Amino acid sequence: MGLGTYLRNIKDAALTIGDGMAVTFSHLVRKPFTLQYPDRLPDGVRVQDTLPFRYRGMLEVDLEICTACLACERACPIDCIVIEAEKDKAAGGLVMTRFDIDMAKCMYCGLCSEPCPTGSIHHTPEFEGADYSLESLVRKFVKAPVIAYKPKKGGETDPEIAPILERGMRYVNEFASPEGGSTD
Amino acid sequence: MQELVDSLVADGFVPGGLPLWVAYLGAMLVFGGIVVFVFILPIAGVTTWVERRVAGRIQSRIGPNRTGPAGFLQWLADGIKSVLKEDIVPSAADVPLFKLAPYVVMTGFVAAFVVVPFGGPLIIADLNVGILYLTAVTALVVVGILMAGWASNNKWSLLGGIRSAAQIVSYEIPAGLSILPVVMLAGTLSMQGIIGHQGWAPWTWHVFDNPFTFFAFFILFVSALAEGNRTPFDLPEAESELVMGFATEYSGLRNLLFFMAEWGNLYVIGAVVTTLFLGGWQIPLALADHPVPRIVLQFAIFFAKAYFWVFVAVWLRWTLPRIRVDQMMIMCWKYLVPIAFVNFMGTAVWMVLFPAGVPAVRVLLSLTAAGLLVAFARRVVFHVRRALLTREELSFNPLSTARVMSRG
Repeated sequence: MGLGTYLRNIKDAALTIGDGMAVTFSHLVRKPFTLQYPDRLPDGVRVQDTLPFRYRGMLEVDLEICTACLACERACPIDCIVIEAEKDKAAGGLVMTRFDIDMAKCMYCGLCSEPCPTGSIHHTPEFEGADYSLESLVRKFVKAPVIAYKPKKGGETDPEIAPILERGMRYVNEFASPEGGSTD
Repeated sequence: MQELVDSLVADGFVPGGLPLWVAYLGAMLVFGGIVVFVFILPIAGVTTWVERRVAGRIQSRIGPNRTGPAGFLQWLADGIKSVLKEDIVPSAADVPLFKLAPYVVMTGFVAAFVVVPFGGPLIIADLNVGILYLTAVTALVVVGILMAGWASNNKWSLLGGIRSAAQIVSYEIPAGLSILPVVMLAGTLSMQGIIGHQGWAPWTWHVFDNPFTFFAFFILFVSALAEGNRTPFDLPEAESELVMGFATEYSGLRNLLFFMAEWGNLYVIGAVVTTLFLGGWQIPLALADHPVPRIVLQFAIFFAKAYFWVFVAVWLRWTLPRIRVDQMMIMCWKYLVPIAFVNFMGTAVWMVLFPAGVPAVRVLLSLTAAGLLVAFARRVVFHVRRALLTREELSFNPLSTARVMSRG
């Protein structure tokens, strides 16, 4: 090691340490990024509302647009979704008697929402799922038997269901499509 | 200290018939207790809080902020928690050594405060071998650490202890060699004598006396950090490799003692650097005539200078990653020791050539230091501006990009 290298090493050490210290010092005069969850958010802001659309929180099912196709049940790798549906001629279609999701088992992989044709099953930004028993983590969506949704030709016209379906399709397009989402 | 006891005895405050050594012993215990409980413990504790707050802000976090205003009481809560925890002794440990080790470390650290000045006449004992005593007793820490490493009967502890021994013994040399120029300039080893040789103004400080002491100052600070086991030299307790090094098996109060010594040592480093190079507690005489405000002012200026270096040590810790063992040794033996030798010889030659010092060089060096600070400040401004410009790309702030979605 020549004297030149020796002195250059010293110079480099001093300059790089100095610049590193300038970087860290600049952070001391900047605002921290931390959000003080849960009690020091700005007024009227829930932290759930600030999460991105793609956030994978608790699963939710919009029964109004669920076709009872069982695609989600089949897609679930750990069988945390249980659906019971039977053909009922009198009622005019499939009648769901059970739609349970065991959130204690769910691993938030999102595979169930991908094959859903209407975007009925989807993740919400809700993440505060702590509870006192495993049983209460099973979400039961069917309170009373319901008739499964049937897609209509030419688009949905019912003003109550149309916005839900629109939201579901947006979810499927943006999040659950294999391409990763087109934002039309 | 001794003068105070002598004057108390002369004034009749000490009951007659009491042997003088009993009075001395009592005074030592009382003042030692005051210094330990009123100064050392809070300083070590508050430094942990400062460290965590600064670390938080450097990493764009907030740091502890729940216990008391701005989390200030966090150190008390942590201390109480540590004291109440179970003191576990591993069954395979060498029990007497294991139990003794933290106290040896603590003794080495607290004993340093005997000669650490506080301001004006406030010093426990102005030993005529002051700085030599200080380097000697702080080396006692390595005995405790080696003891802890060996007695834990654990491979991490042992490696930590051995690394610590290698590190502290190595870095004693550049530290000692950087103290020598100051001792030569002041002509004394006494801490008060060294401070008395400097003035209040920066250009009268030892650090700006000649170019050699200027570099000796930095070498002393770096070596002191290494001796105090601080990042980037925290190899003895390297968390990612050795869990907690020599302190792995310790819990509760004994663990607390180790870490109190580590954080308290930061203040000792600051105090030593301030005493030797930065003018100590010297203030302009015109500022205060009455002894009480003068002493308070001297204490404040000394404390501010010393604590600034504590802050720098914390700041360095969160700037630099830990270096490797071989890099640490290369840095010591190939860089710090030769340069410290050059400084030592250079100061000697300088003193022969210019027995009265060169005022122009002093002023020039002071201006150089000021220039370095200005350059540094400009660099900080540059980084802040750059961060503001690219904030959108560099970071994701959920609140600024909030997208409230409608729930179906």
